[in-house]
Amino acid sequence: MILFWVVAVLSVASALTVVLHRNPVYCALALVMALFQVALMFVALDAHLIALLQVIVYAGAIVVLFLFVIMLLSLEPDVPHPGRYTTRMASIALTVVLGVEIGAAVLVAQPGALAPPPVDFGSTRMIGQKLFSEYLLPFELTSVLLLVAIVGAVVLARRRA
Amino acid sequence: MDLIISFGTALVALLICLQVTVLLLWIERKGSALIQDRVGANRANLFGGLLPFNLGIVNTLMADPLKLLTKEDIVPASADRFLHWLAPWLAVFPLFLTFAVVPFGDVLVIGGREINLQAVDLSGGILFVLAMVSLGVYGVIVGGWASNSRYAFLGGVRGSAQMISYEIAMGLALVSVVLTYGTLDLQQIARAQGDLMWGVVPAWGIFYQPIAFVLLFIAGIAESKRVPFDLPEAESELVAGFQTEYSGSKMSMFMMSDFIEVAIVAVLTTTLFFGGWQVPFLYRDGFHFPGGIAVAVPSLVVTLLQITSFMVKVFVFCWVQILIRWSLPRLRYDQLMALGWKKLLPVGLANVAATAVLGLLLEGWTGT
Repeated sequence: MILFWVVAVLSVASALTVVLHRNPVYCALALVMALFQVALMFVALDAHLIALLQVIVYAGAIVVLFLFVIMLLSLEPDVPHPGRYTTRMASIALTVVLGVEIGAAVLVAQPGALAPPPVDFGSTRMIGQKLFSEYLLPFELTSVLLLVAIVGAVVLARRRA
Repeated sequence: MDLIISFGTALVALLICLQVTVLLLWIERKGSALIQDRVGANRANLFGGLLPFNLGIVNTLMADPLKLLTKEDIVPASADRFLHWLAPWLAVFPLFLTFAVVPFGDVLVIGGREINLQAVDLSGGILFVLAMVSLGVYGVIVGGWASNSRYAFLGGVRGSAQMISYEIAMGLALVSVVLTYGTLDLQQIARAQGDLMWGVVPAWGIFYQPIAFVLLFIAGIAESKRVPFDLPEAESELVAGFQTEYSGSKMSMFMMSDFIEVAIVAVLTTTLFFGGWQVPFLYRDGFHFPGGIAVAVPSLVVTLLQITSFMVKVFVFCWVQILIRWSLPRLRYDQLMALGWKKLLPVGLANVAATAVLGLLLEGWTGT
């Protein structure tokens, strides 16, 4: 429980830093922190494999690419700009919708005694079996989606070169 | 009692890591001197000149670290002070953690209590190593950026691109090893290599996965940013790359992360392909040589032999890396990328596919 609160406070703080900090490099590093906190949450929920994958894929690869792009473009620290009226309105509206959604979810949820998880919950073997039996279709669809993205990236790079 | 045991194993893991690092400093300096036919570090010649060459222990093990630690710490005027301070920690810290999951021996039995000789018994040990190694990139890229120097920046950008590229080859090599043993746990992988093939040859991973070994070793050297893959710090082009603007103890931390990475590559190859702590023909109760000759050995001696065997293997692979580092010229950047993406990646994929198909055909050969 103590772990949860520490992680929760830290993750919200780093998520806020991502949005509010002026310097894009600090934002990217705060994003790594936030992702790390989420991985710790997974550990607390006995999902060790997911936690490790979270660190490898997001913190270890994707945000490195973010940083890479930020540095190559050598973005200057963000000067406060007014922003377009419609963009602002849309962001406020979406925030309100999200807030209502989360609030509703919290209100509806019945905090009670949860059944203890199965013995090998979160193990690699169990996740693998679920992934290749019960969730085979979503899994394959995701891989097709990724393939499309890869092919698209190659096509775009070819056109530029 | 449990607390003391976990503290003890963690301490041993940390000590192994630190010792290998410090000794590598000596091995690299004296080894490079040996390779280049010069004297090298030459203070404190032990044994009164009886040895064929001067050991130079004072230079490397005492004077070098002291000098680095006490030198002035210079931060460039226009640097980002916080990130400049943070980067060396980012480089070193995750690498230290990898040693937490490395098994350095089988179980040690003291007073009926079985102690697993591994700091943390993590079921996803291989993934943990991969995660921590991939986090090491941040030290390079942040250090390069925060210095606000063109050389350092180019080094940081090169480093991040290179490390992401070679992580894929490394991951594929690890996947085929995992397929072979049917587990992600490093201790179980090490245990699985204790049997004999045809009653004579120890069943080490190198005989099952020779291609994965080559892939992992090449990708590992590229990850540790050493010659022939040292483009992030290429001294003839970039002064010292991402660490150009670092001095004193911060630079020594980058240097240390370099040596820890060498040690990690050696530890991984040892554990996955060369039996980890296994000593050929040594079982928990003693030696069983082919031909039915058995020699009983007490449990404590077995453990000591295992740890010794592990360290010897690790140092052999460290030495191989140092030999490579002082023998080969540096790759060009396009050659580096072509090797990673056009050679290692297809070979790795083919190896994974072949392992999977073979594993299915020879059911029972894999774990399950």
